[in-house]
Amino acid sequence: MMRFLVALLALIATPLAAQDSMPPAPYAYTQLQDPALEAEAVELMETLRCLKCQSQSIHDSDAPMAGDMRHQVRARLLAGESPDQIRAWLIQRYGDYVSYQPEVSATTWPLFAIPLLLLAIVGAILVRRLGRRRSDEGDAA
Amino acid sequence: MIAELGLAALWLSAALAVLQMVAGAMGYRSDKASLAIYARPAAVVQAFLATLAFFLLLYAFAITDLSIKLVATNSHSMKPFVYKLTGTWGNHEGSMLLWVAVLALSGGLLAGLERRLPERTMSATLGVQGFVALGFYAFLILSSNPFERLPVPAPEGSGLNPLLQDIGLAIHPPTLYIGYVGLSVAFSLAMGALITKQVTPDFAKVMRPWVLAAWVFLTFGIGAGSYWAYYELGWGGWWFWDPVENASLMPWLAATALLHSVSVLAARDALRTWTIMLGVVAFSMSMLGTFLVRSGVLTSVHAFAVDPERGTFILVLLGLYIGGALAVFALRASTISEGKRFSATSREGALVFNNVMLSAILAIVLLGTLYPLLTEAFDVRVSVGPPYFNPASAIFAIPMFAVMAVGPLLRWKDDNPRRIQFELALLGAVVIAIIAVVAIFGEYPVLPILGLAFAIALAIGAFLPLRGRNLKRVPTATWGMVLAHFGVAVSLFGMASESAFTSERLAAVAPGDIEEVAGWSVELESVSPVAGPNWTAFEARLNVSRGDGETVEMRPQNRNFWAPPQATSESALLTRWDGQLYIVIGDAAGVDEAGNQRWQLRVWWKPFVTFIWYGGLIIVLGGIISIVGRMQVDLKRRRFAAKAKQRRDEEAELGGGVVPEPAE
Repeated sequence: MMRFLVALLALIATPLAAQDSMPPAPYAYTQLQDPALEAEAVELMETLRCLKCQSQSIHDSDAPMAGDMRHQVRARLLAGESPDQIRAWLIQRYGDYVSYQPEVSATTWPLFAIPLLLLAIVGAILVRRLGRRRSDEGDAA
Repeated sequence: MIAELGLAALWLSAALAVLQMVAGAMGYRSDKASLAIYARPAAVVQAFLATLAFFLLLYAFAITDLSIKLVATNSHSMKPFVYKLTGTWGNHEGSMLLWVAVLALSGGLLAGLERRLPERTMSATLGVQGFVALGFYAFLILSSNPFERLPVPAPEGSGLNPLLQDIGLAIHPPTLYIGYVGLSVAFSLAMGALITKQVTPDFAKVMRPWVLAAWVFLTFGIGAGSYWAYYELGWGGWWFWDPVENASLMPWLAATALLHSVSVLAARDALRTWTIMLGVVAFSMSMLGTFLVRSGVLTSVHAFAVDPERGTFILVLLGLYIGGALAVFALRASTISEGKRFSATSREGALVFNNVMLSAILAIVLLGTLYPLLTEAFDVRVSVGPPYFNPASAIFAIPMFAVMAVGPLLRWKDDNPRRIQFELALLGAVVIAIIAVVAIFGEYPVLPILGLAFAIALAIGAFLPLRGRNLKRVPTATWGMVLAHFGVAVSLFGMASESAFTSERLAAVAPGDIEEVAGWSVELESVSPVAGPNWTAFEARLNVSRGDGETVEMRPQNRNFWAPPQATSESALLTRWDGQLYIVIGDAAGVDEAGNQRWQLRVWWKPFVTFIWYGGLIIVLGGIISIVGRMQVDLKRRRFAAKAKQRRDEEAELGGGVVPEPAE
């Protein structure tokens, strides 16, 4: 998409000299044996931001850092941590920015308050535009 | 010479935009203003000049004129010819020139073709269009000149981002821009009608084909971009809720609401203020999208703050046009009555409901896109992604789909829901049955299940308006609606199915190894180096088969470009009626026990994923059929009117005396 146009700018800014030559961590490109655990991993990885990319989750990025983070997610799930614990650990390490799933907090509450407000507005508009018409008709009849 | 000619054409276009603006304003002030006659020719000549400027830049890219800065920084003499051409708009200045050329072209078409509106309204419309165009010419010439020369020609260009070296770049940006900027005509028409207080069904009939055409292009452009991202990025994602994607989705949502609203105005003389408001919002969203993409604000708010020239320029234009339009709206809205009334259970009622839902989804997308930018300005970085957008928009999308399935069955003005109780019961039963069946067969997330259920109900609902009608006598435009609604159902089905049922297999494999995914067996035969015009690659040969079916060879590549240096994965896709097999080869991954080289392999089976884009194409087809249908009716009406006029004239000549009043 047009994201490429932006990616272009980003790429010019950061030359590829920084490309890692290290082999990827074991679980970067390898699934977990247990399908249920792997499904949990995918669900979590889809909601974590690849910090080196332009708006991609770590689940769909080739960046070495995304690979390392995938390894962390899978290895920690295998070690028995819950997805929420892993997310909390990553947020503690990289900040709120790493999670695509905003939590209600002092900085993000409008993200949740405004949709609620929107619901109220939508309800009000519908009642005004559609509700009254009916009673008008009723009056006329 | 080429560059200088191009720049001169742009300056002349800008001058003509001033003339168009002034002539339009004079024409609005008084019918007899002598200057007014220049508005139309100014728009037409401007369209020609701006398009010429664009083709001159295209030529400069085609011959790789390295004395032009833009060509030197974005092209390369060794690049395949088609990508030299498409590279014209694969950068900021070039894509803004395309934007402006499309703007001038739509203004020229409007001025050249549209004869149905009262002259005063037309003058005001052209004046507004000229005013909008002027701002963007100024932006292009003053802060983004695509024709700037280098003091010394570069020996070689720096090349184009390899991700952009794809046929997608030839299709996606131009169609998207035609849609984006085509909405400027809807904006100008809405302002013209508002200023001259001519918000009538006739005005709506004039506006409708422009909105429909822009919407068709927008739909196609978004679909093409989504498929491009899907196969090019190499991870099988087709929608990322990326701000740049949202920037194209927002005008689409507004345009969808607008085209339904304008239809109600044309058919029933209701929803006058709504239509005007949506006309303003739709193009405002196009401009906002342009600001988001073109100002650099998305890469980083701070990068924007360091080099704010372009961003500030667009921001000022945004404030001027959106603020101005809203001010005119506030001043004039009270002079327009709401129009004819209707009950909640009527076709208008259903359309109002869904317009409100579309607007609410637009508000959610807008909030989720802008909020992170806002907090970043205060040094708080948050990410808003699919876990936010999906449920928040579904709150409004699910009721919308429900009403969409039954809305077209309702009659205009007022209807008794009991008349369509059979259809209601049928669709309700379908939704419940599918949810139950899918929930029994496996554990899937809630939203994809709802998506599947509503997709199938919508697909049935789309054809219900044809029930009991003589198919030969159904108006062409109705077929368009039926198809477009069916396309939405098909697309929704693809999205839900991909989300719920995709199977993934990641593995490091050596030649001879076999991997299994969702009934497919994938054997790596060999990996060999290949070379293209400006890249080298490792190409995997894979033998894939499903069950006892025949074996097919697939060849994904892992490419390395050298100008600029970057690796991309060329996925290999195998399309079957029930989905796509998506294979990517990654990097080398050590050796196995026997000492054979292993390679990273990523394989997905995505059931019915193609339906997303088939649906998009069906929507586009529906839109086109709708335009054709409306034009047929319009031409027929004009022919009758001309014939009636001729007959009256003949009678007047014969009788010389009493001429009967024409009946409309």
